[in-house]
Amino acid sequence: MKIEILGTGCPKCKKLTELTEESVNELGVSAEIIKVTDINKIIDYGVMVTPALVIDGDVKVAGKIPSKEEIIKWIEEKK
Amino acid sequence: MDKCCCNTKSRLIYSCSGAANTGEMADQISRKLAKEGYGNMTCLASVGAHISGFVESAKGADKNNTIDGYSVAYAKKILEHIGVSPTKSYALTEMGVEKGKTPSTEEIVSKISNKIKKDLSLKAEQENNTEGDKNKIRCERMLTK
Repeated sequence: MKIEILGTGCPKCKKLTELTEESVNELGVSAEIIKVTDINKIIDYGVMVTPALVIDGDVKVAGKIPSKEEIIKWIEEKK
Repeated sequence: MDKCCCNTKSRLIYSCSGAANTGEMADQISRKLAKEGYGNMTCLASVGAHISGFVESAKGADKNNTIDGYSVAYAKKILEHIGVSPTKSYALTEMGVEKGKTPSTEEIVSKISNKIKKDLSLKAEQENNTEGDKNKIRCERMLTK
């Protein structure tokens, strides 16, 4: 599973990364978590507001921080 | 796209892209507003096609403003279709443009852009001016949790 956090590295992006890492650890799944800070790559996803979370190419949320429960649910759906 | 996700409000602009003069004008007005800092223009067709990045951006943006050619308001309806109510919606035929008649000249595009800018600025003034500070405090608190 490939999980990408899109954003330029501000506090919201860091928080989303933290929650995602916790979710992956809790579920014990094998996932590669990548931080994407390049604006052009972010826009290629159609993302206009950050931070954003992408799981296997599917943008799950943009512009806000989801709850850990939501992140866990999205990861489980992709398992 | 905004460079910082914390201290700035995200404002997206969606334009009608129809074949009539009103569609052309809506597009030009949207580009002018984006260029002059009134938001980021994004792709309405991609929202309609349910491309996840565009859909989630609409759902996560602080403000979504639509510029339609006329009152049937397809841009507004496409956003509503994905469960997003536009913050502000404009229909050019309600601002003095005649569908099929008014030419999309630089003068007319500027005139209507100015009306929209004035309306958007007035709305921004009416909102709480400390919103940017509130966002910053919220972000700082997140780091200390």
